[in-house]
Amino acid sequence: MNAGAAALAVVQVVVMVVVSPLLVGLMRQTRARLEGRVGAGVLQPWRDLRKLAVKETLRAAGTGWVSAAGPLVLVASGLLVCALIPLVGAVPFVSVPDDLFVVVSVLLVGTVALALVGLDAGTAFGGMGSSRHMTIAALVEPTVLVAVYALSIPVGSSALSQIVRARIDDPASVASPVSLLALVALAIAVVAETGRLPVDNPSTHLELTMIHEAMVIESSGRDLGWLELGSWLRLGALLGLLGSLLVPWGVAQDASVAAVLIGVVTLVLKLAVLGCVLAAAEVFVAKLRLFRVPELLAGSFVLAFLAVTASYLVVQAG
Amino acid sequence: MTQVEAGLGAQLVLALATVVVALLARPAVRARLAGVGAAALGVAGAVTGVLALTGGQGRLVIPLVLPVDPVVLSPTPLGGFFMVVAGTVGAVAAVYAIGYVHGPSASTTSWAALATFLLGMQLVPAAGDAVSFLLAWELMAAASTVLVLTEHRERLEVRSAALWYAVMTHLSFLLILLGFGVLSVEGHGTSFAAMAHVDPDSAGASIAFVLLVLGFATKAGIVPMHVWLPRAHPAAPSHVSAVMSAAMVKMGVYGVLLVVLQMLPAGRPWWGLVLLALGTVSALYGILQASVATDLKRLLAYSTTENVGLMFLAIGAGALLRAYGVVGPAEVAAGTALLLVASHAAFKTTLFLGAGSVLHATGVRDLDLLGGLGKRMPTTAAAFGVGALGAAALPITCGFVAEWALLQSLIHGARPEDRLVAVVMPLAVAVVALTAGLALMTFVKAYGIAFLARPRGPEAGVAHEGPASMRVALVVSAVAVVGLGLLPGVMATAVVRAVGLGGIDVFGVDGLGLPGVGAALDPVALTGLTLLVAVPVLVVTWRMAHRRPPRPVDLAWGGGGVRVSPRMQYTATSYAEPLSRVFDDALRPERDLEITHAGESRYLVERVQFRQQLEDVIEVRAYDPGVRLVDRIGLSARRLQNGSIHRYLGYSFVALIAVLIVVSL
Amino acid sequence: MSMRRLVRLMRVTGRVAEPAPRRPEGLDGPNVALGGSVGVRHVDAGSCNGCEIEVAATFGPVYDAERYGARLVASARHADVVLVTGVVTRNMLEPLRRTVEATPNPRVVLAVGDCARNCGVFAGGIGVVGAGHDAVDVDLAVPGCPPEPDAIVEALRRVTLR
Repeated sequence: MNAGAAALAVVQVVVMVVVSPLLVGLMRQTRARLEGRVGAGVLQPWRDLRKLAVKETLRAAGTGWVSAAGPLVLVASGLLVCALIPLVGAVPFVSVPDDLFVVVSVLLVGTVALALVGLDAGTAFGGMGSSRHMTIAALVEPTVLVAVYALSIPVGSSALSQIVRARIDDPASVASPVSLLALVALAIAVVAETGRLPVDNPSTHLELTMIHEAMVIESSGRDLGWLELGSWLRLGALLGLLGSLLVPWGVAQDASVAAVLIGVVTLVLKLAVLGCVLAAAEVFVAKLRLFRVPELLAGSFVLAFLAVTASYLVVQAG
Repeated sequence: MTQVEAGLGAQLVLALATVVVALLARPAVRARLAGVGAAALGVAGAVTGVLALTGGQGRLVIPLVLPVDPVVLSPTPLGGFFMVVAGTVGAVAAVYAIGYVHGPSASTTSWAALATFLLGMQLVPAAGDAVSFLLAWELMAAASTVLVLTEHRERLEVRSAALWYAVMTHLSFLLILLGFGVLSVEGHGTSFAAMAHVDPDSAGASIAFVLLVLGFATKAGIVPMHVWLPRAHPAAPSHVSAVMSAAMVKMGVYGVLLVVLQMLPAGRPWWGLVLLALGTVSALYGILQASVATDLKRLLAYSTTENVGLMFLAIGAGALLRAYGVVGPAEVAAGTALLLVASHAAFKTTLFLGAGSVLHATGVRDLDLLGGLGKRMPTTAAAFGVGALGAAALPITCGFVAEWALLQSLIHGARPEDRLVAVVMPLAVAVVALTAGLALMTFVKAYGIAFLARPRGPEAGVAHEGPASMRVALVVSAVAVVGLGLLPGVMATAVVRAVGLGGIDVFGVDGLGLPGVGAALDPVALTGLTLLVAVPVLVVTWRMAHRRPPRPVDLAWGGGGVRVSPRMQYTATSYAEPLSRVFDDALRPERDLEITHAGESRYLVERVQFRQQLEDVIEVRAYDPGVRLVDRIGLSARRLQNGSIHRYLGYSFVALIAVLIVVSL
Repeated sequence: MSMRRLVRLMRVTGRVAEPAPRRPEGLDGPNVALGGSVGVRHVDAGSCNGCEIEVAATFGPVYDAERYGARLVASARHADVVLVTGVVTRNMLEPLRRTVEATPNPRVVLAVGDCARNCGVFAGGIGVVGAGHDAVDVDLAVPGCPPEPDAIVEALRRVTLR
């Protein structure tokens, strides 16, 4: 059991490392085409990473070990999340839990690493980005935990692979109101956590509107490369999780070669579709004022809470 | 004489020896000798606790010259658990104090009070009946008040802090006395065994429950009786703050567990709800105040309120679930409370000792003036960082294990059949999640602002690491935080023995399972997977660094501006500003803007002064009016004391007549 | 604008970008192993904003410099090309130097417009220190007052090699 789970984890990590930059490239291309431009191509993020690998890395006086180690921690936590979440397959390890709180905590380790990198820069911009980023992370956590809690009630377990398997076995639960409410709440939480519009504009130049960009404003060369790759991995993993929960069919339930291949192909398809939808939605919205973001997050929390109460009504009736 | 009795006796002897040493030793060696004595006292307490946990029996009776019942010390396994916590925290703090104490905290009074404090704290869980409990409680309270007052000559706010502390701790004493009084009347005896026979459905049991819970909650620092915590912990010397925060407030939790698990186990559902309500409010309020605090010790004090709130939440959830017959999750919830106790003791000790190190090195507690300490004080920075990880409940620390267990018990404890439980549990999960998120931000702020980037003030620029004993204590507690997180089996075995419940399975020393809720955690395996995943990243980056090493430059990128200074960095106040705006209604900051115009023109400004102050809302809105009311009553009562001897004789006469009438009835 | 109108606008407009002209030859001088991905940090050292409008047009939908791999970035640390417009004024001399110093190697300084090349119409003015090359080492210049977006695109393509 463990050998199969290990092989699956390796496949997931490798696939996500290759595919996440392509996902970001696809999102940028979608946006470009909708705006009437040609765009740089789906492979551009990989070209960015290749360039950053050969650029000089500058370290300012006053920064410390966090500026060097923080990007590595971000990437490692992103890779670990890719290994734990059911993306290609839902075959858990015997003793490594893929349960909700463990996955959320690993994601938060990455969040904290990024925030500390911003503070270590020793500039006003870094601290500003770090402060905003942590405030949003604090307000997103209740939504994420309660939304997955709502999804775990019909299943009786909060292990993500169990939830996905139960949804494969019972197609009606995917379209139930509980599931839809919880997934909408989770989608808003994912948008906030990964710093996409309307919470944060990933391509802004105005420092006072930055959240994520402000934290990486001081990093250069391979530090920046790791930070970008880490953020893209988190985006890919969270979108992949949404995909596995929304459309669970295709996720492998055992570690056989055929099932894994089907899993990889369906994962790539789901990521592509979700990425295009998200990018297209971004064209239509403007960034929210920072002090309106808590209202959005409170709204998503209410949806998640409604999902929990709805799931109790369903269980009571059924 | 059994081993437990020997251990208890050893504690008494060691405490006495430490006091004698503190009185007689020369100042040059006083710290070392008294410190070793106090540390030995702590170790003795911990060893006795372990013996009691593993089933050792013992009953030590100490006759007193006062006309009260003799002191009876017979620790249960639950008491043993808390003795271990109190003993280890005390021992580590005593070792730290050897190097830390200076000026007033190095005096005879201080060391003697520390030994008495540690003794009282270790005897509270060992007490076998109400009288012994209250005597040990009062010993603990009196000694800690003396310790809080240590630096009253240097800092004026220490006096008012000690006053608040003395009043609140004696309020708790009074409430506990009344509660035990009601129970001993109903149970016909003052021993805990006699009180266990009281019928939980009777009115007396409910009254006693409310009194006892309020009394223990005051000691534990639960909102709204928490107002002494953020004043007393910054006022006391750092090693005392560490013991108070990490061990003394746990005695309040011990008291509640005593009531809920041993004295009145089959309680009513509303008891659990009361505990849950107190716990959720404290957790949220505590972490909210901590996230906007800029004084490092005040931040840690409010974080203690938050953690004790979580413990009460766990106990309340367990009591509620048991009242509804959901046995599995109820047992897990009770065990979770103990896991939270142990993990909080570990990381809070680390954090307070680290804050003490910072105070010792720089002389400031204000985060807005610190910065860049990571390079100048690497051991303190590393230990504080580990403690902050534990407080934020991130892997792989003991805080993570405890929070994981708490969430599991809440998520799986809910049952749709019981509507009350079905509504309360998701709310509890949401509160715990929000608290966890805010705690994350608070500790990123505390560590990041104090230890990273560059110093924001001159004091932080000359910081240096403290003496060896401080560093040893810091390293030991930091290792405990990570060790208990990596190998939670040790904690879990102790918890299972303490509550005698079957809710937690232990797989060897590193795995933890919760069969009642169907979840399992193996931190070692998780760490192994992390290392596997991280190895390629490390290899790639090492090779890139080898080929193109990083180039150091002087200036950070700040938009190319020419006037840059370390004062432009974000401070703790600015870090918490978005959050204080979001939670404006709960925090109610006082903002004041003073604009001085140049001459008579309304448009030319000479000076702008902005002042922001964040007071404890509950103290301002609830306590200050209460204190003013009591003042007014006191002033009007002075009219009775007009100095006329005739009136006083009249009072005595009337009182005598009244007593005669009452006695004859 | 409502969502329906925006969707209709997108569908009706289609592609706005003009077809790409012939690729120019690469730049000699500093190492340009940037592999088709170039970050551009724009510094206005004291211009009349005419060149800014042309730079904005370059990165806009019609000329779409992003298709060649050039992207405007928010920080000098993320940049490979420092794009200088305008004459170098007294107050912007030091910030311009600091921006170029903050850019990691390999880097290219691109002067756009006559003012950045030789002070243009502002030569000898009050507050003018000099042209771009009086402050920093300029690697590539684009003449014009203001230059056509095509010329700016060509200069960028000499760096991105796409």
